[in-house]
Amino acid sequence: MSNQQWNLRESYTYDRNVIAEIRRAANTGIYRIRGWGAKRELPTLDDLVFLGASMSRYPLEGYREACGTDVVIGAENAERPVKLDIPITIAGMSFGSLSAQAKEALGRGANAAGTSTTTGDGGMTSEEREHSATLVYQYLPSRYGMNPDDLRKADAIEIVVGQGAKPGGGGMLMGQKITERVAQMRTLPEGIDQRSACRHPDWTGPDDLEIKIIELREIVDWQVPVYVKVGAARPYYDTALAVKAGADAVVVDGMQGGTAATQDVFIEHVGIPTIAAIPEAVRALKELGAHRRVKLIAAGGIRSGADVAKALALGADAVSIGTAALIAIGDNDPAYEDEYQQLGSSAGYWDDFQGGMDPAGITTQDPELSARLDPVIGGRRLANYLQVLALETQTLARACGKSHVHNLEPQDLAALTVEAAAMANVPLAGTSWIPGQS
Amino acid sequence: MSSTFDLSEVSLRELNRSLHEASSGTFRITNPRGAHAVAAGIDADIAVEVDGSVGYYCAGMHQVGSVTVNGNASTGLAENIMSGTVRITGSATMSAGATGNGGLLVIEGNAGARCGISMKGVDIVVGGNVGHMSAFMAQAGNLVVLGDADADLGDSIYEANLFVRGSVASLGTDCVEKEVRLEHIETLKRLLEAAGMSAEPGDFKRYGSARQLYNFHVDDIDAEVQQKVAK
Repeated sequence: MSNQQWNLRESYTYDRNVIAEIRRAANTGIYRIRGWGAKRELPTLDDLVFLGASMSRYPLEGYREACGTDVVIGAENAERPVKLDIPITIAGMSFGSLSAQAKEALGRGANAAGTSTTTGDGGMTSEEREHSATLVYQYLPSRYGMNPDDLRKADAIEIVVGQGAKPGGGGMLMGQKITERVAQMRTLPEGIDQRSACRHPDWTGPDDLEIKIIELREIVDWQVPVYVKVGAARPYYDTALAVKAGADAVVVDGMQGGTAATQDVFIEHVGIPTIAAIPEAVRALKELGAHRRVKLIAAGGIRSGADVAKALALGADAVSIGTAALIAIGDNDPAYEDEYQQLGSSAGYWDDFQGGMDPAGITTQDPELSARLDPVIGGRRLANYLQVLALETQTLARACGKSHVHNLEPQDLAALTVEAAAMANVPLAGTSWIPGQS
Repeated sequence: MSSTFDLSEVSLRELNRSLHEASSGTFRITNPRGAHAVAAGIDADIAVEVDGSVGYYCAGMHQVGSVTVNGNASTGLAENIMSGTVRITGSATMSAGATGNGGLLVIEGNAGARCGISMKGVDIVVGGNVGHMSAFMAQAGNLVVLGDADADLGDSIYEANLFVRGSVASLGTDCVEKEVRLEHIETLKRLLEAAGMSAEPGDFKRYGSARQLYNFHVDDIDAEVQQKVAK
């Protein structure tokens, strides 16, 4: 190593990312807006490990013995409950933030894997209804594109209170992506920088929400389940209040959850990590006697079957993936490295989803870029990825002796760090110690 | 065909199921006693009349036909109305006509806070006053107020038109008074007539968006400096 390199000492406080951001802010006078989710290092489910079966527990044979993965949501209240083959759903992402081809690919992949997709802030397109066998219709504060006909076509309704990337904030869609069709669906002028409402216009608290859920059930004649989605900030209270309001499922989205466009300061500094959110939500469900009756769907940074299995072991009934699904269909594809570099980025770093210039044709409304994504191929990639997640989850469940992935439990886990032990409420590995508990 | 539902005897579910199954006819609802979601989700050309006051979300997501309430209504009256007509003879509390996409909502009395919030094309006529934050983020449609408007009218408004005959306590961010042109007089005449209300269109002031919030203002000092250097 040369003397020159030893002489260069980077500040921990003012590293190159910090300096670049200060310079960017000084040049533009606007906060940084970007897509993706939190990028800084956070406590994750990687800090947990499974305690595979040995003397005291009996494993299942890894390839052949049955290990169920199905989930039913809304059996208590809905004439048509949602029935999923795997406990992994596709999170809400709008047409507008994503191209029509990307939405189609998500639908095709989810169909092949026997799971659901979800609309987003902007309404339901006929294409996504057509290509999604099980489609969850989001009911958002903006109510862009909200239409009772679409509500009746949905297989479930998800009332979005918040999302992990920005609990307390509303959506954004920059002018480059407000094309004529997107503007028409949202009743907005073309080309504006759309900032969605952050709170619902006609209810202001959990008591109101209870009545809102009844109204939605009445409008669809109690046919489909109603979910409530919250960004993980106070998951214990939010989950309890969602149950009280009558939800069939609570979606808790940790701070690693992605977004199409939000202020960087919001993404990195608001909310709590998924590993900390799940146990708090489960605690609320158990105290209310609602665990497993009201389903818990965990989201935010779910990448692998290990993440799925750990979320289930902590008490979730299913997980939801967004960023990982986009990567599966082609986001940040190294094949477009030259173009990422022309845009000042690189494959693996690209997060300017708000700009509409996505070389992979996913987070864009540009017809030429969108046409690059073959929805059939993208759908197959997603189906393969979902299959791997399900197989990995089953592998870990069988290793713990479980004949259904929902039989995974916190006692199957140990924590590798004190922080993870405290957040997940499982013992530090090699000890029986859970911080905060005697 | 005319049917009567006494809500002291039949359940809300039974009522709404019957209304959803109907394709025509008139329906009278008695003893609503503040029930929520009365006549929500109507999607056929029927006429519904409610004798008494209703709770939240009466005529929610109304799509066609008419609902008349002889009384008052609580939060979210005719929220997300798509078409058709909803009328109440009394007053409405919060968020009347919220996010409405089309149709006509007539409130003969007063409307509380956030009347017409995020409206997307509905026409709302209020015989009395509207509360604070009315027409917040209103995107399209017309709000006609024969009385006064409380604070922060039209905050963060997009392309909706707000017509107020009385005083406005204050305008919200990016909402300004605008010229009343002939087309607006015609709109007012049409809506007042449809609402069955008597008022002189020329007495109304119009408010709408200054359009200063439509796009972020982004500086680029680096480009400026480079241009100067190049010169």
